[in-house]
Amino acid sequence: MLDKTVYLDNAASTRLDERVLDAMKPYYFDTYAVATSEFGYSMGIEAKEGLESARATIAASLGASPEEIVLNSGETESSNMAIKGVASALAKKKGNHIVVSKIEDFPVLNTARALEKQGYKADYISVDPEGVLNLEELESAINENTTLVSIQHANQEIGTLQDLKAIAEICKEKDVLLHTDATHSFTRVPIDVSKIPVDLITMSAHTIHGPRGVGALYIREGTPITKWMDGGFQESNRRAGLENIPGAVGFAKAVELVTPEENKFLASLRDHTIKRAEEEVPHVTLNGSRHQRIPQNANITFHYVEGESMTLHLDMRGFAVSTGSACFSRSLEASHVIMGIGGNHERAHGSLRFSFGRYNTMDDVDGIIDAVKEIVAQLRVISPLYEKKSN
Amino acid sequence: MKFPYSEKVLEHFKNPRNVGKMENPDGKGLEGSPACGDMVAVYLQVNPETKIIDDVKFESYGCASNIATASIITELAKGKTIEEAKKISWKEATEELGGLPPVKAHCSVLAVEGLRSAIRDYEEKHGLVSAKEPTTEAVVRSRLKHVMNPMAGLDIVRTELVTKVDVKEGSVRILLDLPSNHQFAAAIREDIMEKIESLWDVNEVKVVFTE
Repeated sequence: MLDKTVYLDNAASTRLDERVLDAMKPYYFDTYAVATSEFGYSMGIEAKEGLESARATIAASLGASPEEIVLNSGETESSNMAIKGVASALAKKKGNHIVVSKIEDFPVLNTARALEKQGYKADYISVDPEGVLNLEELESAINENTTLVSIQHANQEIGTLQDLKAIAEICKEKDVLLHTDATHSFTRVPIDVSKIPVDLITMSAHTIHGPRGVGALYIREGTPITKWMDGGFQESNRRAGLENIPGAVGFAKAVELVTPEENKFLASLRDHTIKRAEEEVPHVTLNGSRHQRIPQNANITFHYVEGESMTLHLDMRGFAVSTGSACFSRSLEASHVIMGIGGNHERAHGSLRFSFGRYNTMDDVDGIIDAVKEIVAQLRVISPLYEKKSN
Repeated sequence: MKFPYSEKVLEHFKNPRNVGKMENPDGKGLEGSPACGDMVAVYLQVNPETKIIDDVKFESYGCASNIATASIITELAKGKTIEEAKKISWKEATEELGGLPPVKAHCSVLAVEGLRSAIRDYEEKHGLVSAKEPTTEAVVRSRLKHVMNPMAGLDIVRTELVTKVDVKEGSVRILLDLPSNHQFAAAIREDIMEKIESLWDVNEVKVVFTE
């Protein structure tokens, strides 16, 4: 791999920040004991303090109390824990119905599908062409058997941000619990749980330059949730398994390092990408909402060309981005997100997702747009769709 | 850098040979559809005396495997007679390219099919198809083998998406094991219509979904 690769796939995962690693190191080499109670030995007590301090930092970023944070392995575990935990806790007391959106990422979507196989009922709420949830449909989908609504805060592919406050108010009024997958918005678009009545929030460290395989679930105090992984009594008997203390400390450090200035900078990279693509490349479509959007995502379809060809050309020039092209995978099924916003296969196949992070610069954006301009023009010359459609 | 393709595939991908549209081609073939993520057009100019392919061009909306195979296929076909060119196989093309990843087979088969369908178009237009073969179930099925099942990346016959084919007095009825509201229903139907409607003795094509 060339070390000059320009990495613009930060939605997939990010480069670890050295300061995060520095914060984690002592918990591998010095304070490596298992967290013990205050009646244990010193190293264990210090480890426990590290863990609890990390928990407090993560809680504070949401306006939550530390007891409301369960540390775990990340997005997939958090979403499974939230949805399966609540669905099972309330199955006998209240009902067997859950509601999710059509454009959720796989941890939520496939958890809902798995519950359906076990006899639960699930409704999948549609979104408008910008990816914004249809609130009226949500409202009418909730019935007396509904226990949980799970709607993502921001979309993994097109970056659309949902109106979490409006969604939470509907859920509160209808007396159902709300889980939100905030993997792609956490710290980039802050959530304050003292202002928004959301009950469960999924978070991940690796999307904000933290360690991989580390995350957390916010569980509002009093939320009924069944423990679904059995073992020890860690995390106040809510999540069995040895605590990943270095991971938790790294996660907290990653949270601390995100600043409003950085988020503004990422938004400027996003806006510059969109502006140049729209002004300088003909036949493009911005996917997702122009205004309700996370700062670090731009997703654009370059019509009449195929995504895998674009990413391969870009890779050869040292740029890493991802595409909604199905040719990327074995099955040719288009992205459920692009189909969910009313797009067609061609729109999905020709899309590029640019996702930005701490180590990107304005030069990176200019570099990739210059490259995309040339590559798209070159591929359109040989595309049988281009002339037909543009005449 | 690490790429899933051979040097030769990458070279043809970067600098594809014989690209572009041909004005008034003697034969033209179009395979695939945007829904499948791959589409290829092949144009031929054939010497009427010798039946040698004097010129061949292609256009591609597709991935590297599709572009590189179409490029090598045009190189292989140029200068050959149409009878010789018909025999160029997918295996020959991929061997020439130094191999392709197995998941990319369908993208490259499409390029080979593009050449064959351009040759067939030439033959039909120039009265070289000896006797007009009446359309039977077997003829329909063999044409349906050129329609991709996007879920599997293989054709709809091989993947058993086609459950029944009826041919009766110019009317063709094709039953598919697919609900009409499936995300690929419209695209598959369109592809089928294109392949079957052009048969000389067919005046009606019906595609029937499961619900």
